[in-house]
Amino acid sequence: MTLANVLAVIMWVGVTAYALFGGADFGAGFWDLVAGRAEAGAARRTLIEHSIGPVWEANHVWLIFILVVMWTGFPGLFGAVASTLWIPLTVAALGVIGRGSAFAFRKSVTARWQRRAFGAAFAASSVITPFFLGAAAGGVAAGRVPPGVGQGNAVTSWWNPVSVLTGALAVIVCAYLAAVYLTADARRTGDARLVGQFRACALGAGAVAGLIAAVGLAVLHAEAPTLAHGLANRALPLVVVSGVAGLAALIVLFLRRFLIARTAAAVAVGAVVWAWALAEYPYLLAGRLTIAAAAATHSVLLATSISLLAGAVLLIPSLTWLYVIFQREPRRNVAAPERTPAGG
Amino acid sequence: MTILATVAATADPVAARSQMGLSLAWHIILACFGVGLPGLVLFAEWRGIRTGDPVYRLLARRWARALGLLFAVGAVSGTILSIEMGVLWSGLMSRWGQVIGLPFAIEGIAFFIEAIFLGIYLYGWDRLSPRVHLAAGVPIFAAGIASAFFVVCANAWMNAPAGYTIVHGRLVGVDPLAAMFNAATGPETVHMILAALMVTGFGTASVYGVAMLRGRRDRYHRLGMLIPLTGGALLTVPQIVAGDWAARMVATDQPTKLAAMEGLSRTTRGAPESIGGWYSGGQLHWALRIPDGLSMLARLNPHASIQGLDATPAADRPPLVTLVHLSFDTMVGIGFGLLALGLWLALWWWRRQDFPGSRWFLRAVAVSGVATVVAMELGWITTEVGRQPWIVYRVMKVANAVNPEPGIQYGFWAVVAIYAILTVVTIAVLRHLTRAVPVPTEPQDADVESYQVT
Ligand code: HDD
Ligand code: HEM
Ligand code: HEM
Repeated sequence: MTLANVLAVIMWVGVTAYALFGGADFGAGFWDLVAGRAEAGAARRTLIEHSIGPVWEANHVWLIFILVVMWTGFPGLFGAVASTLWIPLTVAALGVIGRGSAFAFRKSVTARWQRRAFGAAFAASSVITPFFLGAAAGGVAAGRVPPGVGQGNAVTSWWNPVSVLTGALAVIVCAYLAAVYLTADARRTGDARLVGQFRACALGAGAVAGLIAAVGLAVLHAEAPTLAHGLANRALPLVVVSGVAGLAALIVLFLRRFLIARTAAAVAVGAVVWAWALAEYPYLLAGRLTIAAAAATHSVLLATSISLLAGAVLLIPSLTWLYVIFQREPRRNVAAPERTPAGG
Repeated sequence: MTILATVAATADPVAARSQMGLSLAWHIILACFGVGLPGLVLFAEWRGIRTGDPVYRLLARRWARALGLLFAVGAVSGTILSIEMGVLWSGLMSRWGQVIGLPFAIEGIAFFIEAIFLGIYLYGWDRLSPRVHLAAGVPIFAAGIASAFFVVCANAWMNAPAGYTIVHGRLVGVDPLAAMFNAATGPETVHMILAALMVTGFGTASVYGVAMLRGRRDRYHRLGMLIPLTGGALLTVPQIVAGDWAARMVATDQPTKLAAMEGLSRTTRGAPESIGGWYSGGQLHWALRIPDGLSMLARLNPHASIQGLDATPAADRPPLVTLVHLSFDTMVGIGFGLLALGLWLALWWWRRQDFPGSRWFLRAVAVSGVATVVAMELGWITTEVGRQPWIVYRVMKVANAVNPEPGIQYGFWAVVAIYAILTVVTIAVLRHLTRAVPVPTEPQDADVESYQVT
């Protein structure tokens, strides 16, 4: 494997991690949005706050990781994508700001109207951000981003059937992942009603996601034939894995095996991400820019790969500790309907 | 790699520059607290564990609560910067992204460490044993300083580009380490890290200075003021030395920027140090001049020749000389003002083992926080505006780096609107945090334990 491919794989690991972890945090915001009126939705909102509170900042760093690996390893790709897709990326950036700060603000205030206002901002931006990131990814997948700086159309590159569908798929997949993860978290609180609610959400979102993905395949066939061809051939095994894992996740959710459902859902989503990469390989921009052609010089690839692999030695145990601490220990206060924020 | 920026006439550097400048200037304030506040929290927590004193323990918790809020807002305001690097400066990044990429990539690792341990530290406050908890906070502080170091390496490269080979307009070789450790790296990173710690020190102290002016003189407020104030005052001394180092680096490597900082129009032997004034019509008016001062400071020789703006073709000079000159002077002035404040405190402490009782001292402390932030922002204006019209000094002009896609100015207005809201709300929520649970005059263990950090 060439060094350029190594770095491409590292970048794609970042994309996968962002989809699985960052995505679930956005999805949690989606459920916050639809949790209903203040009293009825209080238990759900509290669980969401407790589940994503300690981890969302770490999960969010994957986005930055993807960006810096892209501009270091594949500067031409970064320049092309960021210049042509400046609109969805700017909106997504503003969404990231709204989501993160509103979440932090909501935890810090007490007055009901303030908590509501910040909650609304948090939830709305949790939907806006994945939609626009998904639409940008769809633009790349549909071959609407030409190489070079600012060579594509600033509007149709992300406002086209594939992009809109990918954006919608991103929103619903985030919601699906979040619901699956939260169902298991809800079980630890011992609140059966909460478990039931999130289980229903997960089943519903999973079904819708599967449906959109199926429609998406048909649209791809018409709009992005090379990608569709790749998915139907080289990447077919991964597409199949994704479909099987997705179905399996729904079944085990139905059977209330929530921890297995987590894994199955993650496999289903991760497989799609890798199927996309495999279908496009060796191209980064469909049919126009290959990994080898976009890659930085050898010394940069080497220095970056070594630094990131060394960094992984620090990161993996740290991340594991973070997730384990807040997964294993019994949660206190969780089931309290409206937490009294401490002020401070 | 022959992807050259083919920038159309539609490119809008003014909107792009304003957007970048606004978001950077905003982020950097939060980033300073992200670098410095963990150190302050850890110090208070450590004292609290050693002495069991509820005042230290309460300070640690309350500072940690503010840290959680500031960090979240700082992290998301940094994210838009990463996106803007591409969305606004696609020409820069597609050509030079790989050269400045290594420090950014390592910074990514540092961000992970910061965010992971911050989650553990804040949410684990009552779950971990005190020692493990204290230890979990150390990586936050270390990674914060490391991220400041790495990101400023990238900025230093824009001022003193190094570590690449161009043949026939093509980038053929890169030495990532030489690019990272360029001539500006040393002074810039040291100066910035010290600035971040000073902003935290004086900034935190000033909150308690205000409370004292309002009559709260209990031990909690005394310590809340004195700990960060002492830290900030101690760092002012090395900061001035680092500033001098930076100035000397600029004098050798970026003579045009130095000329703008000093408003020096013509190359002069025995150049004076000019303070204040107004630059127009190719001359600095109404400045206070110290004969031979500049030659002394920059070259340690009163007769040394200093290059003036006239040595650079007009098209390659920074357009806003007055802004650069006054920004620089004000930063230096504030630096010496902070030094004076520190000396005042030191003198009193030496003679009376107490801080000066005068209300004027408290007033000075109260404004020192804002003053330090202003000095830091003005330092950046000196660096960034003084580099114009280059984005990469003598290598690439800003106009060739900007994204040529239409409509960029609308993005700028959206960013202005969001940041206006964010500024107001952040301040309001911080004020709410300090008031929602009032500090008792004599905090007890129960006050400490009932205070939730998250
Ligand atoms: C706490 C804030 C603070 C204080 C008190 C000072 N500075 Fe500063 N200065 C900064 C904060 C700062 C900064 C914001 O951190 C900058 C911007 C870029 C950099 O590396 O540091 C800066 C830049 C900067 C530069 C330009 C470097 C470049 O363009 O690469 C020079 C020459 C100085 N400073 C010199 C000084 C001197 C002689 C000071 C003496 C009192 C001083 N600074 C006090
Ligand atoms: C340390 C990392 C930094 C990097 C990598 C960086 C990078 C950049 C880039 C790419 C530009 C646009 C090109 C140009 O105008 O030259 C810019 C401009 C600017 N930056 Fe920085 N910057 C950094 C820190 C800061 C900070 C902390 C401030 C805070 C005030 C700042 C203030 C500005 C301003 C005001 C401009 C506009 C300059 C002009 O158009 O005249 N920068 N910076
Ligand atoms: C002198 C300039 C800068 C310093 C000292 C600095 C420092 C920091 C620090 C300490 C953080 C951690 C979050 C916080 O404490 O608020 C942070 C966050 C961040 N900064 Fe900056 N930064 C600077 C400029 C920049 C620039 C120019 C960029 C991008 C081009 C950038 C990108 C980011 C990103 C992406 C984050 C979010 C990381 C996370 O999610 O934890 N920063 N910065």
